Amino acid sequence: MKNIWKKDKGFVIFLLAAIAFPFVFSLLGQTSLTEGTNKFWQGQLINFFIMAIFAMSYDLLIGYAGMLSFGHAASFGGGAYTVALLLTYVAPDIVKNYQIFIGSLNITEIVVLLVCFLAAILVSILIGLLFSASAMRVKGPYFAMLTLALATALNLLTRATDFVEWTGADEGMHGVPVPYWINPTQNRLTFYFIALVFLVVTYILMKRIVSSPTGRVIQATRENEDRSRMIGYNPVTYRTLAFVMASVFAGIAGALYSLWTVSATPSMTSGVTTVNALIMTILGGMGTLIGPVLGAGIMQIFSQFFYTWFGARWPLVFGIIFVLIVMFLPYGIVGTWRMHGFKLKEGWQRFWDLLKTKPTAEK
Amino acid sequence: MTNETILEAQNLRKSFGGLVAVDDVSIQIAKGSMHAIIGPNGAGKTTLFNLLSGMMAPDSGKIFYKGENITNIAPQRRAHMGIGRSFQITNIFPNLTVLENVRLGTQAMGGDNFRIFKLADQYPVYVEKAMEVIALVGLQGREGVLARNLAHGEKRKLELGIMLSTDPELLLFDEPTAGMSSEQVPELIEIINKVVRLKNSTAILVEHRMDMVMSVSNRITVMAQGRLLAEGTPHEIARNAQVQAAYLGDLYGELA
Repeated sequence: MKNIWKKDKGFVIFLLAAIAFPFVFSLLGQTSLTEGTNKFWQGQLINFFIMAIFAMSYDLLIGYAGMLSFGHAASFGGGAYTVALLLTYVAPDIVKNYQIFIGSLNITEIVVLLVCFLAAILVSILIGLLFSASAMRVKGPYFAMLTLALATALNLLTRATDFVEWTGADEGMHGVPVPYWINPTQNRLTFYFIALVFLVVTYILMKRIVSSPTGRVIQATRENEDRSRMIGYNPVTYRTLAFVMASVFAGIAGALYSLWTVSATPSMTSGVTTVNALIMTILGGMGTLIGPVLGAGIMQIFSQFFYTWFGARWPLVFGIIFVLIVMFLPYGIVGTWRMHGFKLKEGWQRFWDLLKTKPTAEK
Repeated sequence: MTNETILEAQNLRKSFGGLVAVDDVSIQIAKGSMHAIIGPNGAGKTTLFNLLSGMMAPDSGKIFYKGENITNIAPQRRAHMGIGRSFQITNIFPNLTVLENVRLGTQAMGGDNFRIFKLADQYPVYVEKAMEVIALVGLQGREGVLARNLAHGEKRKLELGIMLSTDPELLLFDEPTAGMSSEQVPELIEIINKVVRLKNSTAILVEHRMDMVMSVSNRITVMAQGRLLAEGTPHEIARNAQVQAAYLGDLYGELA
């Protein structure tokens, strides 16, 4: 524990604050732990935790493996639909007909949920492998385009009217029967802590992965492909590995998200979902892991307040802020800070240069 | 030096569109030798290197390493077989530290590349080996520096360090002194000499600096316009009239 504190103060503070939040909020505001504004803010944070997992998985791809994928939502949506479909069509029968006990404790629902998650992981591995097999032979923008095409295909599949009885097509699936003990409507505090555990475990695992022997090679292939070949690494193997791992974490985030929203909708597999992860990652700083978590938090706060201030037009305002952040903090918040502290002067310089630049036609 | 052949190329040919970069080149490299390949710009030296290291596949011809046909074997497998290569244009991992640049090579040769949930720091043996290589190429004290922040001469040393990190038996040096000032060259030659002698390895050297080629190598192949022009000891090459005309010009003509 002392070691973790030394190495990663920011994260420990975040973790303690997140654990304390519902209780402190309830003490300060004299509100109930499980209702009202407390419940509302827990919901906001749950959404943030899940998006942070998704953004970190995207960082593994873009920041550490150097692959710009526009199809990351496929894994997210894949996980979401897997859990939603299983919970809706398979789980109720199993829970009705079979019962698993530890002593006198009925753990059927827990086992079923675990199986749902395993299935989501399996599906996201398959999606990762499928994407890798078809897109890994090209690089850069071609890779981005191919992943976009594949994800769009999956998006069309989730919207296909052929399966409307199962998936609800454009409507998506709503009212997924999430077990009572974890149901975010009835037992939000439980869900809050489960989502937090997922976030913490994901963060620790990812930290380990990127500094593992394999993770180091993944970064080497990002830095210089030819050189990594010449010292004996096959870049395609390591890229595929990175892609599949990122896909698995995205699938887990998607699975959680479908539990949280008790739904699975085509928007979860759409390009907008991928772009959200991209924005969070760039905001916080690529290749930092904690950056995307911060980026997810900022997005959550912005989307909440901006919606109340600006209504449905909030992304327009956010877009302007995003441009400013990229201009002043070119490596994201965490990335720029680690590199040389915030040099606001340079940002202003870039800003004025942009204003001074005349359209080429006038020259 | 024995007469055993470690690398043999037979009738290699590689063309890019209409340009034949390497045309029917056959070459034998004796084990333990320091074999230089020289030739004017565009003679096909680097293309030949790309064929030997596996970065490119030849249109026709065969390559044998220790008697095994490696013509269609991927570069990463050749690296594991003991072939190392440095690049003419500095080819390092710019955003990683010097230590990590070299450590990646020592790790590549171990069996721990697919450990996901262990930390790379838990394998000190690769760090130790990397430190040895760093000391060998004269970059002690610079381990923690990001590779892109090194001076050009240091980058050239790191370039060698990365090649040496996989502990190769056959070293392919592609213009190791490219872009270095004349004062820095002797140090690098010293390093190359030391490495080759220390490990009793074989080296193939593409080089532009004639003084260097003449002093370090014991066998020279001359290429021009994709073809082999001559082969022999440094002394024979310096005397060869054809070579003089094609490459050495007046400066070395008087040596003959």
